[in-house]
Formats: sequence, C-alpha cells, structure tokens
Amino acid sequence: MVGVFPLDIADAIIVSLMALGLMGLALQHSPHLITNIIFPLGAIASLALAATGFWALGEPVSHTVLPLGLPGLPLHLSLDPLSAFFLILLGGASFGVSIFSAGYFKSMPGNTLGLLCLEYHLFLASMALVLLADDAYMFMVAWETMALSSYFLVTTDHHVPDIRKAGFLYLLIAHVGAIAILLSFGVMQGGHGIGAYTFAAMREAHLSAFWASVAFLLALFGFGAKAGLLPLHVWLPEAHPAAPSPVSALMSGIMLKTAIYGILRVTFDLLANSLNGQQWWWGVLALALGLITAIFGVMFAAVQGDMKRLLAYSSIENIGLLLVGIGLAIIFHVYGKDTLAALSLTATLYHSLNHAFFKSLLFVGTGSILHATGERNMGRMGGLIRQMPWVAVLMLVGVLSISGLPPFNGFVSEWLLLQAFLLSPGLPNSYINMLIPVAAGVIALAAALAAYVMVKFYGVIFLGQTRGEVREHAHDAGIRERIGLSWLALACVVLGLAPVYVVRQLDLVTQILVGKGLGNATPGWLFLAPVDMERASYSPVFFLLAVLGVMLVTALVVHYFYHGRLRRGPAWDCGYPEQTSRMQDTAEGFGQPIRRIFEPFFRIESELPGAFDAHPRYHGRSEDRLWYALYLPIKRITEKLSSWASLLQHGRIHLYLTYTFVTLLVLLAFV
Amino acid sequence: MMSTNQALGILLQIYQSLLVVALAPLLTGWVNQCRAWLQNRSGPGVMQPYRTLRKLFHKDAVMAYNASLLFRATPYILFGCMWLAAAIIPIIAVDLPFSPAADVIALVGVFALARVFIALAAMDIGTAFGTLGARREMLVSFLAEPALLMVFFTASMISHSTQLPRIVEALARHQFVLYPSLAFAGLAFVIVLLAENARIPVDNPATHLELTMIHEAMILEYSARHLALVEWASSLKLFAYIAIGIALFLPYGIAEVGAMTENWESALPLAIIALLVKLILAGAALALLEALLAKMRIFRAPEFLGTAFLLAVLGLLIHFLLGA
Repeated sequence: MVGVFPLDIADAIIVSLMALGLMGLALQHSPHLITNIIFPLGAIASLALAATGFWALGEPVSHTVLPLGLPGLPLHLSLDPLSAFFLILLGGASFGVSIFSAGYFKSMPGNTLGLLCLEYHLFLASMALVLLADDAYMFMVAWETMALSSYFLVTTDHHVPDIRKAGFLYLLIAHVGAIAILLSFGVMQGGHGIGAYTFAAMREAHLSAFWASVAFLLALFGFGAKAGLLPLHVWLPEAHPAAPSPVSALMSGIMLKTAIYGILRVTFDLLANSLNGQQWWWGVLALALGLITAIFGVMFAAVQGDMKRLLAYSSIENIGLLLVGIGLAIIFHVYGKDTLAALSLTATLYHSLNHAFFKSLLFVGTGSILHATGERNMGRMGGLIRQMPWVAVLMLVGVLSISGLPPFNGFVSEWLLLQAFLLSPGLPNSYINMLIPVAAGVIALAAALAAYVMVKFYGVIFLGQTRGEVREHAHDAGIRERIGLSWLALACVVLGLAPVYVVRQLDLVTQILVGKGLGNATPGWLFLAPVDMERASYSPVFFLLAVLGVMLVTALVVHYFYHGRLRRGPAWDCGYPEQTSRMQDTAEGFGQPIRRIFEPFFRIESELPGAFDAHPRYHGRSEDRLWYALYLPIKRITEKLSSWASLLQHGRIHLYLTYTFVTLLVLLAFV
Repeated sequence: MMSTNQALGILLQIYQSLLVVALAPLLTGWVNQCRAWLQNRSGPGVMQPYRTLRKLFHKDAVMAYNASLLFRATPYILFGCMWLAAAIIPIIAVDLPFSPAADVIALVGVFALARVFIALAAMDIGTAFGTLGARREMLVSFLAEPALLMVFFTASMISHSTQLPRIVEALARHQFVLYPSLAFAGLAFVIVLLAENARIPVDNPATHLELTMIHEAMILEYSARHLALVEWASSLKLFAYIAIGIALFLPYGIAEVGAMTENWESALPLAIIALLVKLILAGAALALLEALLAKMRIFRAPEFLGTAFLLAVLGLLIHFLLGA
C-alpha cells in the first residue's frame, strides 16, 4: 500500500464526475445515452465517493497539493474524518438521487438535458471539493462553482419569469454569503501575508478574542445564508420549488449540509486555537438563532399549499435544529464538558445524515408526483396512494422519519439532542442554565409541529378521494425512480435501526472536533446508551420487534378466534348521502388552525366569497412578514442609492474626464 | 442468581402486560360507571366495555370501497404501540427487562407514532368528518406532546435518568418530600391526560354530535374487529396515562428491584393491591373532573393546552432555580 490514500481516490472520482458532465454535454444529441449511461455512471461514482469517505474515517489525515492554481499559490486538499463523514453523506444521498434522475429526466429534450447533465455533475463535484478544500482559495473556488452550477440548475426552466426571479434571489443571497465567508477567511488569516491562506496557517494564527469573534460572526452569516438561517432564509422557499425535483433534493439534502460543514470547520477546527478559544456567547447566539429558525420554518411549513414549498420550509426547520446542536456543543465545549459537547455534535452530525436521506427521498418523491399529476398544489391531489402505491409506501417511510417517530432515523437524532439538553445542568453560567429548559421546550414544540405538517403533507396528497378532475392517467413511478426512492428509504430505515453502529463511527469525527468520543456504555449492538445504561437507553430493533410481534399475534388471534370476514361498501360518514371530494380538507384547510393560532407571525391576505356568490372561491395567502419588514426596505435603499449614483453618470466622455481631473486635484491637495 | 433474576423479570414483564391488556377495558368501564353515578344515572355496569368488545369482534367488518391498506393496518399498529407503552411503564414493579428498549422520550414517540397513524387512517377514506377529526387531533397534540415531554424532563432532571424505572425508584425513595417543580408538572400532566385521551374539556367521549367530535370523528369509518381494536387501544392508552401519572406522582408501593429479588412473594401482592386502590381512586377522580367541567370550543383548546405547556416549562425552570 505505497502511495494510495483515500484522498487520491476521492480526487480521481471528482475528476471523473466532471468528465461525466462534459460527456453529457457532448452527447446532447442522443438524450437516451445520457439517461441510460451517464446518470447511472454518476450514481456509481457517488457510491464510490461514499465508500472512500467510509474508508477515510478510520485512516490518518491525508494532504495533497495540486499543481494547479496561481503561480506560488497552489491548491491544497485534505481528507480528515470530518470531511470523510460529509463525503459519505454526499455520496450516499446523491447515489439515490442520481439513479432517480436517470428515470426522471427521460422525457427531457436533448439540449436542455445535456446542459443539465453538465451542471448536475459539476454541482456534485464542487460540493465534494468544498469538503476536501484545505485552503481558503480552493474553498472559495469550489464554493462559488457550487453556487453557480446550482443557480443554473434552479433556472433549468428559465422561460418561466417566476423561476428566473427565484434564481436571481438565490444568486444574490448566495453571493452576499460568499463575501462574508471570504471576509471571515481574511480575518482568520490574521495578517500573516499572502502565504497564510491555507487552513493549516489559519489554525496557527492565534487570533485575539475580538478578531476570533468577528471571524465567527462573519462565518455564521456567510454559511447561514447558504443554510437558510433566519433572516437569510427567503431564497429557500423560492428556489426549491423552482428547481427540478432531483435538484431540489440535492440542494436541500446535501448543499445545505455543506454550510453546516463550514460552520463546524470554522468553529471547531480553524478557530479552535485562537487565544481564548471559543466564546460562550457564540453558542448562545447559535442556539437562539437555531431555535427561532426551527419554529419559524415549521410554522410556515404548516400553512403551505405547494408541496415543494412545504418541504423547503421544513428544511429551514431542520437547519434550525442542526444549529441548535452546534450551539449546544459550543457551550459545552467552552465550559470543558467535552463528553457532552461530543453528544451534541453526534446528534448534529446524525441529524445531518438523516436529513440528507429523508429530505432527498421526499423531494424526489414530489418529482414523481409532479410527473404523474402535473400539479404542485396539494389541494388538487388526493387519493394518490391508489394510483401510485410504490411512491406512497416509500414516501410514508420518509414522512415517518422526518416526523421524528420511532423506530425510524429522525427519532434517533432527536433523541440524542434531547439527551444532550437533559444532561446540561451544572453549567457554571446560571443564565445559560435557565435558557436550556426553555430551549428544550421549543425543540419539543418544533418536533410536534413537524408531525402536524407531515400528516398534512401525506394525508392531503396520498389519502382521501381524488380532488379536481379525475386523474386516471396518473401513473406510478418508473423502475429507476423506484430504485432511487427505495435506496433513500432503505437508508432511513437502516439509520433508524442501527444507531449504535453509526454513533461508533461518529466518534471518530467528534474525536477531532472536541477531542472526545461518546463511546457506548454497553458493549453490544442492541442498546444505544450515550452516557450510561442507567441514565438513558434506546433500542430501535427491540422496539420494532415488539410492535410488529404484537401486531402479528393480534391479527392471528383475531382471525383465528373470530373470523376475517370483510365486506366492502360505500363510506358511511354518519349517513350523509352526498359525499364529494370537495368536502375534504385542502392543504389550506388543514393548516388553518396553525394560521389562526400563530396569526401575528404571518402576513395574511384572504378574500372570503360573499354569501350569495354562485361560484364561491376562497383565496388566501400567508406571507412572510420578514420579507416586508427587512428585504423590501433594503431593496428600496439600494434603489435610492443607485439612483443617486446615476446622477453622476451621463455617458458623456468630457464629464468623466472632469471627474478624473477633480479627483487628481483633491489627491494632490492631500498628498 | 442473575439468571433466575432475569427469568423472574421476564415472567413479570409478560404478567404485567397481559394484566394491563385485560384490565384496561375495566378501567374505562369504571370511569364511565362513576360518571353515570355522578349524573344520577344507574349506568351500564363496569363490565360494559367487555361486552361491547365481544359484540364488535363477532360482527362482519364493513369497509369503504376506497380504503387502502393503511386503513386496515392502523388498528393493529395502534394496538401494538399501546401494548408496548403498557409494557414499558412500571405498573406493579420497576424491574422490567423491556424498559431499557425505550425511555420516556421513546414513550412519547410511541404515542406520537400511534397518533400519526390514526390521523392518517382518518384521512384515508376522504370523508369530511374524517379529515376534520385528523386535523383537530393533530392540533390538540402539537401542544400536548411537548407538554408531556416537559413533564417527563422535570422528572428526569430530579432522578438523573430518562429510564422510567429509574425515575420511579428515585421518586419513590424520597418519601414525602414535596418537589415544587413536580407540583407544576403534575398540573400540566392532568391537562395533557384529559386532552390526549379525548376527555371532557377538550373532547367528549360520549358525544353524538359530529361537529364537536375529535377522536370519534377519526374512527367513524371503522367497524367490527377494527373498531374493537381501536377502542381497546384507547382503553389501553387511558390506562397507560393513568399509570404514568401514578408512577410519577404517587409511586409509593411499586415493588423495587431490591425487594423483588429478596422477598418478591410478599412485595408483589402488595404492589397489586396498591395499584388497584390507586386506579380506583384515579378513575373516580377523572369522572369527577369530567362531571365538573364543560366542553370548550375547539379554539379554546390551544389556550388550555398552551397553559399546560407553559406550566410544564415553568416546572422545569423551577427545578433549575431551586434544584428540586
């Protein structure tokens, strides 16, 4: 084994992903080759990336310097357990999405598909490079490639004006964020000259407490813009519905996680050696922002009628939960409780992995529904479980996982996070001690609301009677879409049933972040016990077997002792004779109680039909107050400033020469 | 010694869960009978739920044409979840081999799993009342569930564990110490119990007016054996909640681990008698509470449950402030 490191393999895979993208562009005149060959090959490359990440988890950190870049400023790459973990996330989730895409993009015209194929694979490759980058230069190049390729993916249907608008908003916020990240790297570089742009140099910069805080705040802003942290979340509910569904899956499932990776990298790695290390208020800030984001996201998800917007708001909620975990980990780390910091980080990383899988699953599932019905408005669907049984069953797994229900994966990470909260007493700062129970309450509230949202999502789309015109033509997903969906659903189940194994692997990551692993109090694989068995334990396998066993025994006993006779008839519904599909709740109707309870948080516009209206139409919109309170004023100020600036611009050359002359005179007077 | 101990534990586990499954309808019957007495009626007798179940099991099931597999599977899932809940909660003894599989957070998860399935099943047929019930059930639960979690958190902060047996041990050992945080938590728990079990200020288990229903509206389309299982699961849920209340706030008399190994012959009957007395009193108290309160409008329910949530958070805060 001379010379072959996981990092080299990862590099080769990234290069081959880029090559696949270019091949797709070259093959644009034979679209069936793109979907039959390029996308499946891309899926295999993703799987290989995940396998490489898995291999690298247990290996020592490897570094490499690429012979690319500016003269004297080569590009650095490295692969440590943190990068390796996120590579597994990237490869594992994108494998399913790519296979799904191979079926999903079948009917797309060739020239669009060729471009999409290039951007898709470039997007994957740039995300992998973001994770591997070991200097600020490489990181920013990869980060910008990621932003641009995803911008072009979002605007695939660029002839629709709304989609162009959504794409522009995304690009704008992505770049405001990128500037903040660049400035943050600039601060961390610590004024040690141009050679100090590598991450290794930043670790040795030993910033003062003030400058470390500045770097942290800039990084939080920059990565928060990518992650959809309040109040920088506005692009998410616009861009996710605009993009084709597999792209939404990649953006929501994986790209948001690169921002989480960035926050972890900066906070726990690059700033770890600064003079006072981390500050406690960083943690409190992250915790508070995360809580607000989580509640905000889930509240807005509850009132959405568009299925992809609903999922986008739910992503905002999950990002909030991830940030809560990071905040908690910072607080624990600052006060020297590294085992607890490891527990919070384990919960955060586990939830990142879970969210990558279940959110990708749900997003690609909405793609199948969109193909089958041509609708994004849930209020015009219904009863799809009968026409699309495969998609319905697989998405049920995703819905139960995202609702945080045992024995699926969402529950495990939620459980770990709540355990971290419960172990918190005894921090020396009494204010933080007061904050923590309130925070735990908010987390519980967000989790319960998430279940509400998901019952609405699943019930309105898949259950009940078909609404609107009868959709006899609605068809189930094709075989490749089914394989993609099944892979993602399988991952949700496995991550839910084998937490002991996953947590053991995550120890390798938390070791390098806070210097402590969680270990497991029990040697076996059956019980997950993060601290000790007396304190808390959970066994999903046991749980599942118990419930399934009782179900089976009950069914057998009932059928054996009594009978299994069943008659079919029309729905009873208390004997009301007229039953139309319009009597069911629409998505709006199901969300109405939430809108009413949290009324002050929404900006509601609704028109109620008059009592004598022959064709009553109800119309209602719940909008984001922040858009009106924050973004529109900024837009107005920008417009005003640019109109002032335009006073200087007349397009006449002698005027510009005069400006130059005046400037020279002023400078001469000073110098 | 270890193996006999374990064997005893497993026996006890099976005994407890069978006992709970058998006793749960009796508790429902007792609450209904008490309520009948309080309303000056003679009442159908405490055995009525068993007779209803027997009748339902004998009937032929009727199901809507468009019912999916989800609708058929839900009664069994509900029953399985509630059985598991009843197996985790220390009811007669704390030495339960099943309990490490799921702690209090997972217990809340079990209830949530059952609730999500019943709400989905209610939406499956696509009737107006079904979706109405599902929406209201989720509305009630999104405040009740975090309140319940906060109650559990207060108890686990005191006992430094989220395992129910450890919580019960810790609380039972400190006899007659009044925890101020638990007083708040207890109040919150009673509200949650009323809401989650479709009891009077939030829902009315005896209503026949469709527009006011929550739980009943969800199960309107079920018949025969499916309805029987759903009803039985509801009885089990009520039993489980009352058992949780007893375990957290009146744990005295539950047989402890030490007692089980040494003199379990005397500890067990004592525990069963203590349990019966507590159940009879709790059932009567529940009936009294229901007789005294009036059903509230559906949009008052969130305020009511919000109170429970705030009380529970307050309880946790008080624990942090006073350390008790």
